[in-house]
Amino acid sequence: MKPMRKFLLAMAALVCTAVAAGGALYLLRPGILPHQVAPVAVNPSTRTINRGEYLARAGDCVACHTVPNGPMFAGGRAMATPFGNLYVPNITPDDETGIGQWNAEEFYRMMHTGVSRDGKRLYPAMPFASYTQVTRADSDAIFAYLMSNPPIRQKNREHELRFPFNNRDLLIGWRSLYFREGEFKPVAGQSVQWNRGAYLVKGLGHCAMCHTAVNALGGSSESKAFEGGMIPNQNWYAPSLTSNHEAGLGEWAIKDISDLLQVGVSHRGTVYGPMAEVVYNSLQYLSDEDSAAMAVYLKSLPQKDSDAAPNQQARLVRPEVMEVGRKVYVAQCAVCHGAEGKGQAPAYPPLAGNRSITMATPVNPIRMVLNGGYPPGTGKNPRPHGMPPFSHILNDEEVAATVTYIRVAWSNNGAPVAAKQVNDLRTLLPE
Amino acid sequence: MRITFAAIRRAHLRLCPLLLLASLSTPAVKAQTAAPDDATPAFKQLDSIEARVQGCVTCHGQNGQGTANGYFPRLAGKPAAYLTHQLAAFRDGTRSYPPMNYLVAYLPDPYLKEIAAYFAAQRPPFAPREPASASAEAMQRGQALATTGDSAKGIPACIACHGARLSGMEPGIPGLAGLRSAYIAGQLTRWRVGERRATDPDCMKRIASRLSDTDVGAVAAWLSQQAPPIDAAPEPSNLVRMPFACGSQK
Repeated sequence: MKPMRKFLLAMAALVCTAVAAGGALYLLRPGILPHQVAPVAVNPSTRTINRGEYLARAGDCVACHTVPNGPMFAGGRAMATPFGNLYVPNITPDDETGIGQWNAEEFYRMMHTGVSRDGKRLYPAMPFASYTQVTRADSDAIFAYLMSNPPIRQKNREHELRFPFNNRDLLIGWRSLYFREGEFKPVAGQSVQWNRGAYLVKGLGHCAMCHTAVNALGGSSESKAFEGGMIPNQNWYAPSLTSNHEAGLGEWAIKDISDLLQVGVSHRGTVYGPMAEVVYNSLQYLSDEDSAAMAVYLKSLPQKDSDAAPNQQARLVRPEVMEVGRKVYVAQCAVCHGAEGKGQAPAYPPLAGNRSITMATPVNPIRMVLNGGYPPGTGKNPRPHGMPPFSHILNDEEVAATVTYIRVAWSNNGAPVAAKQVNDLRTLLPE
Repeated sequence: MRITFAAIRRAHLRLCPLLLLASLSTPAVKAQTAAPDDATPAFKQLDSIEARVQGCVTCHGQNGQGTANGYFPRLAGKPAAYLTHQLAAFRDGTRSYPPMNYLVAYLPDPYLKEIAAYFAAQRPPFAPREPASASAEAMQRGQALATTGDSAKGIPACIACHGARLSGMEPGIPGLAGLRSAYIAGQLTRWRVGERRATDPDCMKRIASRLSDTDVGAVAAWLSQQAPPIDAAPEPSNLVRMPFACGSQK
């Protein structure tokens, strides 16, 4: 009996140990204990370079300084302007063809004053009128990042500007009219968040380059800041950020503004055209804090409507035009945007109450109907829903009637558009 | 006539978008020049790949079957890797067709791959062939080029790579069945002049540059008149059978 008991005891002990061991293993399984790894010390240079990369994205350097599919920052991309083609320079650290011989001081002078290392005045396609607001520390970080990239040997191409714009002395006049040098100064009485947003919007974000009208001299006046304008050579209209008739954000929730910038879609609207490129290359990489800060600042912009909404007279539509528009809408558009234009946000934007549709300039909604479009695939919306082109299905009258319909239906306060306006845009290649 | 279950299901699938559309449009009305119904935006579930590809349907059809409009190609059943590659080429500008370049400009690789896989897996019925317009002589030349090639000019037969069923070959050779002559001729011409290219060694460039204008018209006309295959799936990759080395098959 005794050996049997001993055996049983031994077995029991064994089982207990196994259970205890199993339990311990279960409790200690990976991920259950707080992760206690000593913080990896990132050396200060790497930290600066990483911050520089983030800031370079906020400044969207890559969009202009890289040929699509070409080596990053090697320049060479043609930039069409009303004055001729500019060729964007190589900003890789190559000694001969890039900025390899520059130092941080020279880089800051270029960002801050628009004067290059060799003393030449830059053409204002380089948004130095915005970048002048960038702090020295941020400029240094961007410089450190650019210098950390692989050098690419690629000679800069000469600009092809028409006379007299090929004479850089003209820039003296331009600068005295449109350029105000100076780093961003935080506004006392505004929150830290507001000031951060203002710094990003007015500085690296260079939003004014499109959202402020450009005059015949290629300048934009400060008093008209963010009041919207046609983007030269792209035939898209950059809406006013200060008008509730356009993209004025006074009535938007911060979350929707922030989403539009960082995600590309929101419950109020979706980005398209050139803004899709900005979100894809730049804004999607912003931290949640920074995109919220930009939203707070943009929402606070004073709303000053230079043009009143069109009056009843201007909004009159012939009933037969309205009927054509309604029929097309029901057949082609309603499945996504809803019979009442409410959309299925954020996948399909609402059209009712969407100022992007009703702005005085109907260029954008006409182009969307003709060419369709996909919002950018972003970190937070990698599989965007898209809109098909209708240019091959609808004739000019039908497109005009459809755009007219969505501009006046559901209490939208836009004005009708003419077939001629559609035809002018139909002949353009989509871009 | 035998009605198979598959046929019923196909018909049902085709009708579904119509029913959905009808239910949404309170008085059922149609646009004056409405697109063919299988090319009208429609979907059942918002969070689905079917809804996400609505940006493609007015040209390529709900199931990638292509539309009556001569130029827009059928996508259904083409190898997924081929479609992914073309979408990326449109996005990056290495294949030029402005409406496509614009549409996919800011879409990331994994999404393009998902879109490609969706259309590769579709098996919609083939649209009726376009009315024949080429001369008998051209059709004869086209048939010769497509089925036996022209050894004197160093042109292999289309079917050597694109398959006897013209359904293509995994991973990089597209099916030709169901394409319109305007599209085929357009692509061959683009290849000849260097506007369209494939991964090196670019076998299609080699072949297209040996075709004359008449050859291009003839082979496009003949190919567009072929009866669609019963099995539209691309053939498995077969490097031994290939007359030339093709970068797209690597």
